[in-house]
Amino acid sequence: MRVAVLKGGRSLERQVSLRSGARVQDALERLGHEVIPIDVGGDLVELLTAEQPDVAFIALHGRDGEDGTIQELLEVMGIRYTGSGVSACIRAADKVLAKHAMRDRGIPTPDFYSFSDTAFKALGAAQALPAIEDRLRFPIVVKPASQGSALGIKFARTPADVPQALVAAFSYDRKVMLERHVAGRDLAVSIISDGDGPLPLPIVEAVPREEDFYDFESRYEIGRTQFVCPAELDESATARAGELALEVNALLGLAGFGRVDLMLDSSSGELFVLEADPVPGLTETSLLPQAADAAGIGFDELIERILAAALVRV
Amino acid sequence: MNGADRPGSSRSRRSRSTARDIERYAALFASRTRVMKSSAMRDLMALTERPEVISLAGGWPDTSTFPPDSYAALMSDVAGNSCARALQYGPTEGLMLVKQCVAEVMRSEGMEIDVDEVLVTTGGQQVIDLVCKTLLDPGDVVVCEAPTYPGAVPTFCAYQADVVQVTMDRDGMRTGELEATLEELERAGRRPKFVYTVPTFHNPAGVTMSLERRSELVRIASERELLVLEDNPYGLLRYEGSPLPTLRSLDDEFVIYASTFSKILSPGVRLGWAVAPAPVLEKMNIGKQASDLCSSSISQYFVGAYFESTRPPSWEDYVRSLIEIYRRRRDVMLDSLAEHFPREAEWTHPEGGLFIWATLPDYIDTTDLLARALDEHVAFVPGRAAFLDGRGGSSMRLNFSGVGEDQIREGVQRLGEVVREQVALYGTLTGQYPAVAPPQRERAAQPVPEPFEDEAPLADVLRLPRKRA
Repeated sequence: MRVAVLKGGRSLERQVSLRSGARVQDALERLGHEVIPIDVGGDLVELLTAEQPDVAFIALHGRDGEDGTIQELLEVMGIRYTGSGVSACIRAADKVLAKHAMRDRGIPTPDFYSFSDTAFKALGAAQALPAIEDRLRFPIVVKPASQGSALGIKFARTPADVPQALVAAFSYDRKVMLERHVAGRDLAVSIISDGDGPLPLPIVEAVPREEDFYDFESRYEIGRTQFVCPAELDESATARAGELALEVNALLGLAGFGRVDLMLDSSSGELFVLEADPVPGLTETSLLPQAADAAGIGFDELIERILAAALVRV
Repeated sequence: MNGADRPGSSRSRRSRSTARDIERYAALFASRTRVMKSSAMRDLMALTERPEVISLAGGWPDTSTFPPDSYAALMSDVAGNSCARALQYGPTEGLMLVKQCVAEVMRSEGMEIDVDEVLVTTGGQQVIDLVCKTLLDPGDVVVCEAPTYPGAVPTFCAYQADVVQVTMDRDGMRTGELEATLEELERAGRRPKFVYTVPTFHNPAGVTMSLERRSELVRIASERELLVLEDNPYGLLRYEGSPLPTLRSLDDEFVIYASTFSKILSPGVRLGWAVAPAPVLEKMNIGKQASDLCSSSISQYFVGAYFESTRPPSWEDYVRSLIEIYRRRRDVMLDSLAEHFPREAEWTHPEGGLFIWATLPDYIDTTDLLARALDEHVAFVPGRAAFLDGRGGSSMRLNFSGVGEDQIREGVQRLGEVVREQVALYGTLTGQYPAVAPPQRERAAQPVPEPFEDEAPLADVLRLPRKRA
């Protein structure tokens, strides 16, 4: 089969995507497919038109790759592709949209407020900050609505930290979110959805070695974060995390594969869903491949199943 | 499909790592790899290389004006006169031919040296590496400027140095603070191995150490029997003012001098050099043997041929032509900064070299700002890259040698817009509404503000890795 591997692109996660893409290419070659690697740029449509692949493997993270843009383009061109469809990507890539959907459905997610820059510039939203701070309590996590990884995520510990944290978050997006900080354990449930329906993989817990926040650096640097898979959780927490992940998966309409990030509140023992990732990383240190491995699914098989799911989708 | 791409080949095997392998690799990594800086910024910096981005981030000299026919003729000379030797290994310390070029370049900067004191290296960067290799045990103290050359940071980290950074003002490293720091270290029973400095046209700060401070620095080094690594890649690129004596010309006992052909000829030849006290040079030589045996013979013969050749341009003429180009670019950048940056920003006025250091209000994080700037297809180096302790979060390094005047104008304008946008946003968030400066062309002529004074400590909202608590 002729498989176009879409990678790179112009998002801030370009390097990560190139690493994911390279691994996917290797796996596809081993599986006997003909690989057409494409570093996504201005000539994408032209290249796809010329190459006419049977299917596109989307290994793009962040902007364009996860927000429905590439998916829309591929729909228009009539090329099948891996992972979630346009609407699911739009819902998941926008953390605010995803959290609203979760809250409406009664899925626990940390309290939050979200504003666009115009709310501050034109509507005086700054006046509302004290009320927000009062409700969320410090520390507050400030993050851009759409950025993947942990770029632009700041902790505000006092009211004086908030404006600076907002300015930083607005560097990445026109919409930002202030979210209650859940202190606890950082969990990720990866899901493969193919012919047999959605399958939650063993839970990965990320334990940073140095920093007390699981940041962009440790996320992609071998040896910087210790991953425990399956996470050492009691039975009920494990089951509950899996249930929540499947609920979110269905709610957002994710397809093929995806990852749901949760926090286990260390004081209350409650689980909260932070966000869902429609195109999770596939690098050596990424969580989905580790979870698959723990479930006895090797990288090649993982890639094969993701590809197969793309082909059966109507 | 070639051999390297065939299933089962090394490339395929390499990529077959599974989750279990990650921990296996992690156990194999040397502990020094854990302190190496990288990642977030490296990934951001990768985007600065995209063709649509105006990059003020690089430190690249402009090699586009070197005449291709001169290059061809020189290479042809090398082929005709020294083919077999150019294709061969050479002595670790470098070819005599090149050492004589080094002596000539140093003479033009007022230094008389013996060719036996020279070690030809693979770029000036290798000098930093070899000095660290020669002098540092893990945990040893290195003192350098705050900010320091970003390219030295990974080297210091790789040798597990405990780096102490001394602040600067427009006269360079504050030697008073240096002495106080050394006193404090001594009280703690610690003695730094060397002071690393770029005294002339500092990278990234753009300032030059005054003569008084130079004298102070060598006095301190000599009194305390402490080595100074003087990194001087830009000394010949002076656009105004009079040259100052190098540290090496003030003291030859405790100064290790480093320079390079990268900025006066070509970074592509990867040739630099060290001049050091004999016992130190001997150890560095052994270190170099272990690293790469010798620097490229082809490059060395090329440089030799270039200095010997009577064909224009002479090396001095070529440097003069670069000075003209860079001076105009610097002026364009200074004018553009004055025109487009808000009044809350400050920047240095370099008399030479390749960089301007701009400092924004402390509520702007330039690492995040870079993400926003990349949206507008313009890039710079975030200030944090020049510190090992998390400082520099509001500063940026701007390069004016690597892109043309129009691009500098356009780039600084775009950058100015995103900075103003953030200043205005902060104003609405805090209710301060700081006025955004109107265009002020005359600002370029005003005295340079003290950019490093009273640097406010960063609020604890930045969750980037800190090496020390």
